[in-house]
Amino acid sequence: MSVSRRRFLTWMGGASLGTAVGQKAYAASNKAFTGYPDSMGVLHDTTLCVGCRRCEEACNKVNDLPAPDVPFKDESVLNQERRTTAEAYTVVNKYADASQPAGVTFRKLQCNHCKEPACASACFVKAFKKTPEGAVVYDASVCVGCRYCMVACPFNIPAYEYEKVLDPKVMKCTMCYPRIKEGKLPGCVEACPVEALTFGKREDLIKIARERIFKYPEKYVDHIYGEYEMGGTNWLYITSTPFAQIGMREDLGTTSAPELTAGALGAVPIVVGLWPVLLTGIWAMTKRKEKISAVEKQQAVNEAVAKAEAEAGEKMAKAMEKAKKDQEAAVKKEVKKALEAAEKAKEEGADEKEEDV
Amino acid sequence: MSDQNVVAKKSFFPPDRSLYTPLNVVCGVILLVGLLLTVMRFTGGLAAVTNLDDNYPWGLWIGFDLMAGVALAAGGYTTSAACYIFGMKRFHSAVRPAILTGFLGYALVVLSLNYDVGRPWRLPYPFIVQRGTTSLLFEVAACVALYLTVLFLEYCPAALEWLGLRKLRNALVKVTMVLTIFGVVLSTLHQSSLGALFLIAPSKLHPLWYSTYIPVYFFISSIIAGLSMVIFEGTLSHKYLHEKMDETYIAEHDGLVIGFAKGASFVMAGYVIIKVIGIAVDNQWHLLATPYGLWYLVELLGFVALPCYLYAVGARDKNLKLIQWTSVIAVLGIILNRLNVCLIAFNWYLPWEKKYIPHWGEVGLTVFMLTIGVLIFKFISTKQPIFYEHPDYKGHH
Amino acid sequence: MEGIFYTLQDFMTHTKGVTYIIMVLALISITAFWRFLSDRDDD
Repeated sequence: MSVSRRRFLTWMGGASLGTAVGQKAYAASNKAFTGYPDSMGVLHDTTLCVGCRRCEEACNKVNDLPAPDVPFKDESVLNQERRTTAEAYTVVNKYADASQPAGVTFRKLQCNHCKEPACASACFVKAFKKTPEGAVVYDASVCVGCRYCMVACPFNIPAYEYEKVLDPKVMKCTMCYPRIKEGKLPGCVEACPVEALTFGKREDLIKIARERIFKYPEKYVDHIYGEYEMGGTNWLYITSTPFAQIGMREDLGTTSAPELTAGALGAVPIVVGLWPVLLTGIWAMTKRKEKISAVEKQQAVNEAVAKAEAEAGEKMAKAMEKAKKDQEAAVKKEVKKALEAAEKAKEEGADEKEEDV
Repeated sequence: MSDQNVVAKKSFFPPDRSLYTPLNVVCGVILLVGLLLTVMRFTGGLAAVTNLDDNYPWGLWIGFDLMAGVALAAGGYTTSAACYIFGMKRFHSAVRPAILTGFLGYALVVLSLNYDVGRPWRLPYPFIVQRGTTSLLFEVAACVALYLTVLFLEYCPAALEWLGLRKLRNALVKVTMVLTIFGVVLSTLHQSSLGALFLIAPSKLHPLWYSTYIPVYFFISSIIAGLSMVIFEGTLSHKYLHEKMDETYIAEHDGLVIGFAKGASFVMAGYVIIKVIGIAVDNQWHLLATPYGLWYLVELLGFVALPCYLYAVGARDKNLKLIQWTSVIAVLGIILNRLNVCLIAFNWYLPWEKKYIPHWGEVGLTVFMLTIGVLIFKFISTKQPIFYEHPDYKGHH
Repeated sequence: MEGIFYTLQDFMTHTKGVTYIIMVLALISITAFWRFLSDRDDD
């Protein structure tokens, strides 16, 4: 499956497209994803844990991690709450609980190997993989070091080698995947002297956990942590101390990481599909409006010019007429004036004549 | 500073001006510190210059350089969309400065990422080796890479006019519309996806900031950031690059400031509404009375509602000074929001002593990036037709 | 195992991979189609 998909994704050709899409979509349609059948896990029963740190020691040895600052025999480190680091894939913490015989509860933490891992969902180079065996494994050979997996992990498990310059890696528990492949137990499980850790098929572990809770209802909190948290994990916990008291968040919900991002991821192709249509449409309308307004503007200009011309013509005609009239009037006036003058001259001439007489 | 450096630098400045002005000295010091930090980062690893730890894998370089940087570089797509798609031609003279800022902003974001990721030479791996298609970061990376290319192509005409390559320039100008639409599509996607990165961590981000609407919040606030940055930058450019501006730019500038203020104000009003709806949908009212709730109100009321109102008053009264000061508040508001989501309200349940406080090296490198950005902007805008139209291409758009 | 997805993660890796390819094709073809649609416009 992964081969044909990879080939498909490297765009080796359209020929595989038809078969790949048809076949897989059919196989996966209307299907709830229940995880790999028969995948393995570990059940951690905190009521049995004695805080001996043998699991930490075994983990350190199996994974070739650097020697710790405080030797594993020293239990004083349990006095402060620790988390997993690049040097320790697993740590045991001690929590006060007055109801316990010893007054304390120990809880081991490491990668919970989610059924739908947030780190795998977040990784943009597919450096994380959920294996059919149940382990979530990391491939350092492709890791870019963006550390989004660490942001995504709801259990704050992955750690980073910030000191390294050339080959910093994300560090986390592998459920001893290489050992599981060899048929061996994970290092911590093998080392546990009190069977606080049980390795087995996840389904069987849930049955065992239920049975213990059923048998000792007064001892156990009626909840298997990891059965549904964040879509379920392959590492499961039962305890007699409320989970919140032993540093385990009860507000994670049951929604798996890929479900949390599915909505936003689903919106992406819709935006790609429709935004260009919408934006081109708006642009085309804007352009059309501009064109129309340019045409209207031109028309308005033309009309105004024509009107002005017409008005000017009319004015001219009027002016001409007036001028003509004026001229006529002037001529008349002049003629009248001349006639009057002539008459006057005539009269004056007569007078003069009379005076001469 | 070595002699060679001085000689190399001198050619950038007119000979009559002294090289040792206070501003140049400060810039020089910042650049030297930046180079020193670069050497430290790539010889001592991230631990040498950052306070990142296993609980805070993302620090200032992601919270500010990437998250805020990308938001503040949104001026490119908002301005070009307003001018070319929505036909607001009177904003045309603002497009080139906005595109240049966007291009430099994104280029520096990518440069910062080379410092932040563990093995930067593998940055192309998600595209050429294995595609993690379920990751929102894959989508962000793809969009940022493509959009950086789009911004480069959108910026190119200015450089080509300067170089006198008319044919190539005209060919690029012809596809302006395609580039603009691609730019808006890619921006919509990666601006929102930067917010969607946090959808996977509901247990880590404080419930007031975590919302299934967070991609929408990031996209809408990027529009506010883009418009506000154009106003803010215009103010600075006016002060320091005035002699490079042509009459059209200066004549259009006041109208642009008022128009963008009006736009930003209205978008902010919508943003406040959808933020309130987000609280109602998740029924988080009771959290407003907690310390984080008060901090949330400071962000929403002090850095969104207040500038929204001030922009409105400024636009009504045509009060440029008020608008310009408001743009500073709005820009700070966007930075605050991104820092809240990425750092402050992230891992909110952790006790104070476990919270992340940036190393001086992280702050230094961020300042280094900002300085590079400003210097390159100044260099390009004094040489190339950014604030003025090239005389050979007047009216050719 | 061939053809069956056991985890939502694997299913989404596959389907999102296909959608990404479709998106690239969509952006190219919609641009070409718009040209086809409007290259006889007289303006």
